[in-house]
Amino acid sequence: MDVEILSRLQFAGTIMFHYLFPPLSIGLGLQLFLCELAYFRTKNPAWEAAARFWTRVFAVNFAMGVATGIVMEFEFGTNWAVYSRFVGDVFGSALAAEGIFAFFLESGFLAVLVFGWDRVGPKMHLFSTLMVFLGSAFSAVWIVVANSWQQTPAGYHIVWHDVQGEMMPRAEVTDFWAMVFNPSSVDRLTHTLIGAFVLGAFFVASVCSYYLLKNRHEEVARRCLSIALPTSLVFTIAAAMTGHHSAQQLVETQPAKLAAMEAHFETTDEPTGLYMFGWPDAENETVHFGVKLPYLLSLMVYNDPTVPVPAMDQIPEDERPPVWLPFQTFHIMVGLGTIMIGVAGLACLAWYRGKFGQQRWLLWAIVVMPVAAMTANQAGWITAEVGRQPWVVYPSVQDGVEMMGLRTADGLSESVTAQQVLSSIILFGIIYSLLFAVWVFVLNNKIQHGPETVEELAEYKSKLREETMAEKFGRSGKSHGGDMMVEDNQ
Amino acid sequence: MSYDLLTFIWYVLLGVLLTGYAILDGFDLGVGILHPFIAKDDRERRLVMNSIGPLWDGNEVWLVTFGGALFAAFPVAYATVFSSFYTAFFLLLTCLIGRAVSLEFRSKVHSRPWRKFWDVGFFLSSFTGAFLLGVAGGNVMAGMELGPKYVYEGNLFSQIYWYPLLVGCLTVSLFALHGAIFLYLKTEDELQARTRGAITKLFYAFAGLYVIVSLATFIHVPHATENIANYPVLWIVPILNALAVLNIPRAMHLGKPAYAFFTSSMVIAAFATLFSVAIFPNFMLSTLDPAYSITLENARSSAGTLKTMLIIAVIGLPCVLSYTVIIYWIFRGKVKLDSNSY
Repeated sequence: MDVEILSRLQFAGTIMFHYLFPPLSIGLGLQLFLCELAYFRTKNPAWEAAARFWTRVFAVNFAMGVATGIVMEFEFGTNWAVYSRFVGDVFGSALAAEGIFAFFLESGFLAVLVFGWDRVGPKMHLFSTLMVFLGSAFSAVWIVVANSWQQTPAGYHIVWHDVQGEMMPRAEVTDFWAMVFNPSSVDRLTHTLIGAFVLGAFFVASVCSYYLLKNRHEEVARRCLSIALPTSLVFTIAAAMTGHHSAQQLVETQPAKLAAMEAHFETTDEPTGLYMFGWPDAENETVHFGVKLPYLLSLMVYNDPTVPVPAMDQIPEDERPPVWLPFQTFHIMVGLGTIMIGVAGLACLAWYRGKFGQQRWLLWAIVVMPVAAMTANQAGWITAEVGRQPWVVYPSVQDGVEMMGLRTADGLSESVTAQQVLSSIILFGIIYSLLFAVWVFVLNNKIQHGPETVEELAEYKSKLREETMAEKFGRSGKSHGGDMMVEDNQ
Repeated sequence: MSYDLLTFIWYVLLGVLLTGYAILDGFDLGVGILHPFIAKDDRERRLVMNSIGPLWDGNEVWLVTFGGALFAAFPVAYATVFSSFYTAFFLLLTCLIGRAVSLEFRSKVHSRPWRKFWDVGFFLSSFTGAFLLGVAGGNVMAGMELGPKYVYEGNLFSQIYWYPLLVGCLTVSLFALHGAIFLYLKTEDELQARTRGAITKLFYAFAGLYVIVSLATFIHVPHATENIANYPVLWIVPILNALAVLNIPRAMHLGKPAYAFFTSSMVIAAFATLFSVAIFPNFMLSTLDPAYSITLENARSSAGTLKTMLIIAVIGLPCVLSYTVIIYWIFRGKVKLDSNSY
């Protein structure tokens, strides 16, 4: 295999593995903050037990996100040197802003959130939780902005630089805010964040439903569900709405991607239908076993069932993305989204009627929902990233001037060999498999252990107070001894 | 503000980020290197790990931000340096991942083999990580086989020879010493006494390597001293460096460990400054032909981007520093184990 395929495989693998963790951190961060806010306002120790429990789960997940995230930042340079030189002027400032504004915020206050329960007051702790949540959301902002710029570039021009006699192109920012608010960034950012909130809400609901099924930790579980269930319904519906908005924007900015998502090969004068499912065959430009609902794609894209949607035949042949994969992942995402809205709706209805917990099948359905949410998040990104091929940076028109794009195949590092990439894939394949197993194992341990009961928590706190008293007493005694010098000089 | 001044400011800011990373994560890595030698039982191992528990993550962010800032301010340097060190950097990433998960997972399960496994992981990843950072630094100091149009023509084996390996050893010894002083501040009683013994030994090891690497640099990297020869005022950096090195045992002897920690931080800052002075105005000197070198001028972003980023940094850095101070203040004092600890 050549460097291009291997590098793409490597990037896809490492980013997908990384993306198991950030959406859960963002989504769980929100749930954690809401739990702690409830504790702060009611002072009910059951809320504290809940918040402490979710903190422990959050910490394990966050560490994985940090560990796998730094790989991404390195990979742009290691595997995609030409791409890095081409986009550095644009992409780099977003990445630097992410580091300064988001990463420092979340990693700093994470320390207080995780280790500070017995060190700082409730107000400071609540503030830290909020900062960690905002920090993780900020990092989504900058990274999605950078990604969106590559899909729908704006606020830049191409400058040719003389490199030892050869002219090399580079994208340079002309208007920072136009770059940040490029045509797709707001749509894609809201959809991404809401996808994360859905995952977080279902994760909490899933663990709590599991406790109800097993008759454990009922008080804490019901409290958390009172937040998780309504938020899951709100966010699943919001996900559908923002997704719809994204599709409308897509027909303007990236019609090739939309055509691939719907396996829409041939432009006609007729209204365009929407496939429920099918098996696209790009070579013969047809869809096997497809079931199509008439008018629906036209309606979705243009709010008008009669306007035909442009198809793949409008795109030059060497600029067409693969069809099969975006088609399938897009339909998986939409299908799972619909199921999630249904489950969240039924759960909220049962809750409203005071009957939640009586239907065991519904509890089991909620238990597996995080898998659906995670799959939908991943599937959505596969659609977005495969659907933009063969471009890593889309060509565009700025103020009537055509700007060149950058093909993925042209973005590679010149000095890297297939063998090097292959060995790093194998190395990271082994490490990531091990990590995944350990993560599942530790997460399961935490969930099986569950939150402390209110009594356990009270006992722990009184013990801690005693120790602190003893410590103070012990220290004042010791400072008259040999350690005095050291103590005083600090 | 002129384009050249902006460029220079960003070179200095990158130096600040690199220095911040080396000082802060330097003691984390040092603690990891010392971990198996200093801690004798499970409680002590947990104490050692928790001494950096709330801090290491924020410290690593300095590296992430350094990478992001290099990408943004000098994309050509970022692209070439990172692709040249392909294999070395993937090993470094492995170490950073290994360190993170070893800390996170070790104490989550009550099982001896489990904890032993992550203890070994914590040590190996910290040790190798520090070593690789030094090896990469040594290579950049000495210059690399950079061909035309920013394409690196060497491979992993042209990066492994005596000079970078020596710099790697120096880095390991310096971080271990720095980490030991940090641990001395954070621990009590027997563990602290053992750390005191380690500090003395590590100091001799480090001082020996410091002399050797200094000599080696004079011999192997003649261009490193050119900038200092041209701007004699820069002599102050190596002189302060040497004085700071000597001040470490003095401060420990006076019973002022916090002062010793400050001093070892200054030693690291001086090394980072010497490094920046030595390579200036190149990011990567080509050993094949100086015309192929990556310099500040051919690597930089456009003036507009450098300016935007400067505004971002001016807003962002004070925030970063203020909450770094808050976090260190909250977790000051001797390390204690509670239900939230690793």
